[in-house]
Amino acid sequence: MEIKKDLFSPLKAWKYAFKTPVSFPMEDIKDRPRESQDNARGFHINDLSKCIGCGACAEICPTEAIVMVKRKDLEEKEGEHPERPTMDYGRCCFCAMCVDICTSGSLKMSKAYVLNTPDPQKLYVMPEESFPAPGGDILGYDKTPESDLLDLKRAEMPAVAGAQAKKSFVEILKGYSMEQARAEAARCIGCEICVKTCPANMHIPEYIDAVWQGDLAEGLAQMYKTNPLPGICGSICTHKCETVCAIGKRGEPVAIRWLKRYIVDNAPEAMYEEVLMAPVSKPGQGRVAVVGGGAAGLSASYYLRTMGYQVDLYEAKPLVGGVARYGVPAYRLPDERLNKDVELLEKIGVKFLVNTKVGQDITLDALHDQYDAVFLASGLPQSRALKLENGDHPDVRYAMPFLAAARDYQRGAGEMPDVAEKAVVIGGGNVAFDVARTILRLQQKKYGHSHVSLVSLETRDILPADLEEIEEGEAEGLRCHCGFGPQGIELFQGKIRGLNTVKCLSVFDEKRNFCPVFDPEQKGMIEGSQVYVAVGQMNEHTYFTPEHLERIALKGGKVQVDDWGQVKGAPWLFAGGDIVHGPDMIHGIADGHKAARGIDVYLQSRSETA
Amino acid sequence: MSEVKLFFGPQHPGMHGNASVHLYVEGDTVKKARLVPGMLHRGFEKSMENHTWMGNVALIPRVCVAEPDINEMVFAQGVEAIAEIDIPERAHYIRMIIMEMTRILAHMMSLGAISSPTGLYTVNHWMQADRNDMMDIFEEITGHRVYHMYIVPGGVRRELPPGIEKRILDYFTEFERRIPEYQALVFENPTILARLKDNILLPAEVVWELGVTGIGMRSAVGKPYDVRKVTPYARYDQVEFEVPVATYSDAYTRSIFKVIEIKESIRIIRQAFDMMPGGKVNVKMAAGNALKWTVPKGQTYSAVESARGEFGYYIVSDGKTQPYRIAVRGASFPQGFLGVERYMPGVRLDDAPLWYDTMGVCTPEIDR
Ligand code: SF4
Ligand code: SF4
Ligand code: SF4
Repeated sequence: MEIKKDLFSPLKAWKYAFKTPVSFPMEDIKDRPRESQDNARGFHINDLSKCIGCGACAEICPTEAIVMVKRKDLEEKEGEHPERPTMDYGRCCFCAMCVDICTSGSLKMSKAYVLNTPDPQKLYVMPEESFPAPGGDILGYDKTPESDLLDLKRAEMPAVAGAQAKKSFVEILKGYSMEQARAEAARCIGCEICVKTCPANMHIPEYIDAVWQGDLAEGLAQMYKTNPLPGICGSICTHKCETVCAIGKRGEPVAIRWLKRYIVDNAPEAMYEEVLMAPVSKPGQGRVAVVGGGAAGLSASYYLRTMGYQVDLYEAKPLVGGVARYGVPAYRLPDERLNKDVELLEKIGVKFLVNTKVGQDITLDALHDQYDAVFLASGLPQSRALKLENGDHPDVRYAMPFLAAARDYQRGAGEMPDVAEKAVVIGGGNVAFDVARTILRLQQKKYGHSHVSLVSLETRDILPADLEEIEEGEAEGLRCHCGFGPQGIELFQGKIRGLNTVKCLSVFDEKRNFCPVFDPEQKGMIEGSQVYVAVGQMNEHTYFTPEHLERIALKGGKVQVDDWGQVKGAPWLFAGGDIVHGPDMIHGIADGHKAARGIDVYLQSRSETA
Repeated sequence: MSEVKLFFGPQHPGMHGNASVHLYVEGDTVKKARLVPGMLHRGFEKSMENHTWMGNVALIPRVCVAEPDINEMVFAQGVEAIAEIDIPERAHYIRMIIMEMTRILAHMMSLGAISSPTGLYTVNHWMQADRNDMMDIFEEITGHRVYHMYIVPGGVRRELPPGIEKRILDYFTEFERRIPEYQALVFENPTILARLKDNILLPAEVVWELGVTGIGMRSAVGKPYDVRKVTPYARYDQVEFEVPVATYSDAYTRSIFKVIEIKESIRIIRQAFDMMPGGKVNVKMAAGNALKWTVPKGQTYSAVESARGEFGYYIVSDGKTQPYRIAVRGASFPQGFLGVERYMPGVRLDDAPLWYDTMGVCTPEIDR
């Protein structure tokens, strides 16, 4: 290699002595540091009102620099923890993984990079909207869709398509495969925000983690700790947990309910039995009567039995299950799924006394005499009536008896209900959709085509029914007329021609009280020769005698109980489920669990004082 | 004359990183050299087993401070090989640009390090000032100047910021203008040449004996062994570049090779920008959120060409959220560990730092 050597060459560097230096004086670094580049990963900033305290940032931090600190000024709210992240800048390596995973999107980084202090305590900072250092109010790094460390999209659930679905009562959702379930479970960050909102406080992150680990037995055990009816719940729970799920802040919430169903569907029978039997004690002294075989009654029976009580469950109908058996259509909850939950209860020794209506076949007082305690969970078997012109016409039907008849027909225990070729359903809740979609299927069977209109006061965006009900219903050809009030029933030659409606302008007043406002000018008629009313359910406490009612408080028809389900004025009597909290399956399950513990405490204390 | 024991590092202007070499000197000549590791040891390899696959992205760049991205690249490539992930085409080109930029940064650092043993600090000041501008570019792309944490399993962490292509190309146009100035300052400078030329030789036998790769090997044995050429990764098989070789490896050759390689790297970067397609920059490495990412059971050896030679990770996964084992093949391990003990003896005391620098040693990749 040819090498040039020249003593004067290096002197060319002298020209730089006359140029502005690229470096800058030391004194400036602390107070007037050079501004970082865009995207700089400087000290954190966090919008504390948007942050939900989920702790995902702390979980991912590779240097364990984040501690979740409880804020006394924040109250316990649904959908968030009253904690906020605090960074230890003695540890933080500014990798920004916390930013990339932040569920709420509140955590970002500023351009500040100078924190100069002799006091190590000052290195602990709970970032707020601006960081107290130069550049701390300028946004540096924020996540982009590519850098997101969450998985915002749900694993797809295989389902029967709408046109096909309405031809039968076959269950629409097919359930996850193992790969799908594991992929879905891997979306959960284990923050427990959902647990607070679930009425039964189910151990959600634990059983989701069990799915992810492929440990079905652990998943089942976790579920049975708080919910003995996972089969039912896995299909039709109102999944309040999902509405608050942290992943739902920016994406689709974790499919908690479907994962529950996955465990139930896939755990082998023997494993099921083993897990379920594990906590069951031998029958002891106490005897408890449970009135009503719905979710609350079944749940109470399970926990009472595990605690060692003898349990007799009284059910008015031929089969236990309540709404799950006689209300919810089979395409949402097939009998087999329900049977599985119920059979296991029988196996652990709960005695079912069916076709026995308390208040008619046996009195409440008789139960009081024969048992140490009574749990009342008789549900809301009656449909709420609607005052309408010609509302007493025989072709005006009510939701609850219709759904029960349809369900009986599906299991071969009754005639097909006589649905007309064109029908109108009034109501906007899940029950109304159950009615409408059941009619669709029956029409399809009977006539080969279907025509059902659904009329609701609420507009589509505020319909109380679940979105999936609405979407599936529409896919099946349901005609939704949202935002109309029923006026009266139009008759022609003694037969129903249709439902007269007026436009509903608003449903609630400013205080969110039910107070519909109509525009009488905007009238219409929706055709149909049958009208089904599905505007709510009512209880039926025929078992309360006037003497009972002197002592027992009812408020708006609801039985008043304490935190443990104990009825005020009758210590031997506990109540729960729909008669206490209104219609909601998971609330019923939670009530059953609570009442079981309440009864246990009551009977223990009684035997101690005796 | 009696032997004197001297400490070269961990605190020493001529030392690269926190290594310590005990020098036993007689007169001006080093008689014995002992590397004393552990000055920097943070148990990187063990630590990797305790971090999630993504969490490791924050840890591994530290295995070579001057050239951190090679760690991200071997790690990402290895994970992708085990998990059989195909990454988007665009990501390959972005990775190549990042890898060449970091090579240039590393070469500038070691060229700058000629300054302290030769007494011409201007070289280092210039090099650091030029590195500074490139680190600013890195900060804009990745968020940080030194530890970029940008190349991740599945691609790169985020899209390039708008306008960065111009900023990078402008930078290199200016840098190329400066190369003759460096040339004049260093390689035409008789004082420096006197220290580099025919000094600190690396004979071919030593290359074979120790397993030296990179510039050391190429300058000594005349073979273009370069991982980018022999087992091309990213899209190195799509771009044109030369690998300089020689059969006489003195400190001068090894230094001037760095300048040549910088020019070739710039060539690669220009081509990469021309050829880079649009589209996505990453795919998720596994289902779910990063806390739950797993890599299927398997093992692989993944290697890249670093500024000092072949740099590799041997990665073993047992299917969990964290690696089962990662072993690092530090590119400078052969010369930086055994080489120091066997072949530093014999040099003059004032050449010891030059030996360390021009042999290409990055301490943390030895002391990992
Ligand atoms: S930037 Fe990285 S190290 Fe710092 S708090 Fe966030 S996750 Fe932890
Ligand atoms: S991940 Fe985001 S929302 Fe969750 S605690 Fe951290 S900063 Fe708050
Ligand atoms: S399901 Fe959602 S809310 Fe519940 S622990 Fe998982 S991420 Fe958190």
